[in-house]
Amino acid sequence: MALIEFTDRGLYCASGQFYIDPWRPVDKAVITHAHSDHARAGSGAYLCHRLTKPLLDLRLSLDGVRPAVQSVEWGEAVFLNGVRVSLHPAGHVIGASQVRVEHNGDVWVVSGDYKTEDDGISGAFEPLPCRVFITESTFGLPIYNWKPQTELFAGVRDWVAENRAQDRTSVLIAYSLGKAQRLLKALEPTGEKIYVHGAIDNVHQALVGAGVALPPVERIVPDTPKELLRGQVVIAPASAEDSAWMRRFPSHSLGICSGWMQVRGNMRRRNADAGFAMSDHADWKGLLAAIAATGAEKVYVTHGFQAVLTRYLNELGIAAAEVRTEFGDDEEASGNAGDGE
Amino acid sequence: MQATENSFGGMRQFASLVAKLGTSTKTNDKLSALDRYFNEAADADKVWMIALFSGRRPKRTVTTTQLWEWCREITGLPAWLFEESYHTVGDLAETIALLLPERPGPASAPAEESQTERSQAAEGESLAYYLQALMRLGKEDEPAKKAFVQQCWASMNKEERFVFNKLITGGFRIGISQQTVVNALARTAGVDAAVVAHRISGDWDAATTPFAALLSGEGASSEVSRPYPFYLAYALEGEPASLGDPGEWQAEWKWDGIRGQLIRRGDILVVWSRGEELMTEKFPEYQEFTGLLPAGTVLDGEIIGLRRDEPAAPGALPFAVLPFAALQTRIGRKNITKKNLSEVPVGFIAYDLVEYAGEDWRTRPLTERRAQLEKLIAAAGHPLLVLSPVVDFNAWEALATAREGSRDRGSEGIMLKRRSSPYQVGRKRGDWWKWKIDPLVIDAVLVYAQKGHGRRSNLYTDYTFAVRDGDQLVTFAKAYSGLTDKELAEVDAFVKKNSLEKFGPVRTVKPELVFEIAFEGIAASARHKSGVALRFPRINRWRKDKTPADIDTLGALKKMLELYGK
Repeated sequence: MALIEFTDRGLYCASGQFYIDPWRPVDKAVITHAHSDHARAGSGAYLCHRLTKPLLDLRLSLDGVRPAVQSVEWGEAVFLNGVRVSLHPAGHVIGASQVRVEHNGDVWVVSGDYKTEDDGISGAFEPLPCRVFITESTFGLPIYNWKPQTELFAGVRDWVAENRAQDRTSVLIAYSLGKAQRLLKALEPTGEKIYVHGAIDNVHQALVGAGVALPPVERIVPDTPKELLRGQVVIAPASAEDSAWMRRFPSHSLGICSGWMQVRGNMRRRNADAGFAMSDHADWKGLLAAIAATGAEKVYVTHGFQAVLTRYLNELGIAAAEVRTEFGDDEEASGNAGDGE
Repeated sequence: MQATENSFGGMRQFASLVAKLGTSTKTNDKLSALDRYFNEAADADKVWMIALFSGRRPKRTVTTTQLWEWCREITGLPAWLFEESYHTVGDLAETIALLLPERPGPASAPAEESQTERSQAAEGESLAYYLQALMRLGKEDEPAKKAFVQQCWASMNKEERFVFNKLITGGFRIGISQQTVVNALARTAGVDAAVVAHRISGDWDAATTPFAALLSGEGASSEVSRPYPFYLAYALEGEPASLGDPGEWQAEWKWDGIRGQLIRRGDILVVWSRGEELMTEKFPEYQEFTGLLPAGTVLDGEIIGLRRDEPAAPGALPFAVLPFAALQTRIGRKNITKKNLSEVPVGFIAYDLVEYAGEDWRTRPLTERRAQLEKLIAAAGHPLLVLSPVVDFNAWEALATAREGSRDRGSEGIMLKRRSSPYQVGRKRGDWWKWKIDPLVIDAVLVYAQKGHGRRSNLYTDYTFAVRDGDQLVTFAKAYSGLTDKELAEVDAFVKKNSLEKFGPVRTVKPELVFEIAFEGIAASARHKSGVALRFPRINRWRKDKTPADIDTLGALKKMLELYGK
């Protein structure tokens, strides 16, 4: 029997009697990261990284009751029914981890979502040798290759400066968990005060409370005077983009931070004034490099461009197969749902 | 060869203009980007920019297949993966720009460069340089073309590559109308917009026309064949009673042909389409008008298939129009045979007189232009040059009744023109309205979906629809528009979840979603499985209240063909 099976509830380790990122409630769930398509409410017990715990508390509490969460550090081994489980940096968002599962000398690694470029806050992606690697493929097409973060951030800062010169508010659309924190770091050198949407502040406070060092933010509340926001920088989740919430800005420019912005058509469809192809997922080169580094003899490809990546890996001589999951294959969808407001 | 322009970074300048125009959502931002371009760019680049934005791209010297192969050679990607990428991006020029590796520091080692002018394809060349180099490539062999293109790619960033590829493949559809370019140009040049529009229309060569000459009207479009910008009507929403006194309005039938200007000047006669395409050679029958119209005459009207061989019934039109599909058989052809001419004779229904006796008549009222037009057409007396009939009416109700009979005449509705109106430039509200008849509609089920292009890339937005024929489904129409972005996203999600099969970019979809398809006309077609071809099919609305059992049948389509397809 395979160490990890693909069931209608999610990835299941029968020997260890636990699921990884299940999409229906189960007894024991190992969670890679706190985005809503990977961390769902209702399971009996959760295991995750220390920095994911406050986010599960924030997002998975039901009727004020916190979920039962055990947290670990990266590299720390936990034995579940005799199966060795450890979490390792995935580089995706703060707390995001790959799950390494070892039993009777067989090693499987579940990537969750990951990116290979070190963003300076999420921990550097750690290549883990394994026999079987289960990889995401959100951007598994060769048109998706990201610019280095330094270059991308310089572009964001230039855009903000240009808006300020015209007395326009810069509204940056980014996920509350992941890109929002990266943007804070990107904008730190400008010394600008950063205003944020409530959903972003909630995650921010949870992270700061857990000891993560982040630049300060100013939460936008119903009483925040409109005039105060003129020419300022605002970070908001995608759910705010078309909502009444946006009406508070006297004159603004909309900048969307998403890997999908790599293609002009998407930028125009979203009606953005600027699109920054910035993603917390590995680009094409990143996926290929990460997969090669595992030395895996078998690769399962989940959510994203599964068919493309699977076929290409097989042509490269790496045995690969597609797996259907209920993880979001779309950055925006998962971002929206995760913001839960 | 010496670089003719001292315009460091001309291509970069143009690429950033294209990027700005492509993303900006605010008209003012677009205008200021254009202003900046017109103030800063070199004159030769400005001329090319105007040429490109008004559809005057030089002839293609490199094929898309070549681009595709040269890019594949650099990237080493298999063909299927290249195609997958293309279907997701929806634009070849952009796909290539995204697939090529980021520029590896400085361009290729100088020692390896050939010592020809090609080696000048380094950073900072002007737009004019690239366009002229591309034109010269026409005479070169394939290895030389390849060397040039690959070297250009190596020296460019992603944005520049995209624009460079677009120069080759054509089609600068980038979120801006020609009118906006004209307005910006008029502002920087301090010339009236209508004058600018007129001067940059017609036939001129970007490679040889200096900027100053283009704007002053000297030596640009050869004076003799230059058309006027067309005056376009808005669609009337609601009832015409809102237009006030019926006595102020002239009503005409609206025709389904090609809008055109017939220009008779000097000793020649030329025809321009509304798309500013010179179509003189397509319609040799028009040459017979040359001697019949006085020099210095410009007529605005409809290019359309016309028959006059049947005697007209009393009260009927003095001519019969042929469906657009018939006209299409004429436009698509390079060489027109005698048979074509006799099967689909093309006439001109004149409805306005824009220039008379060499004088610009656009500011005169319609009544005056019409009176003179009637005299001209009567004097010409040619069976294929006809006057657009005026629909008499005293009250709006009477006109509404007349409009109901549009389809019987092969017309698509009524045009309303204010009798006092001048002939304006472009689409303007107020004086000219088109009041089209309601489209034909049919309920159909979605069966195939394909990813869209441009703004709709990576979404399944191009659909094929089917009607029922017994227990079979027969496809009969493709439609790309008519849904809101929200509905598109909903259908896209359905397609992704309910694909039955994949044929390349096309997905077969579970036949479940029902839509009302609207169209303007129907004609018999041997090329389509259903036996019919529709004119302007589009999605009218999503019939969420209907199931595939409720859709229309092939029989219903055939019935429409019988009624309206002649």
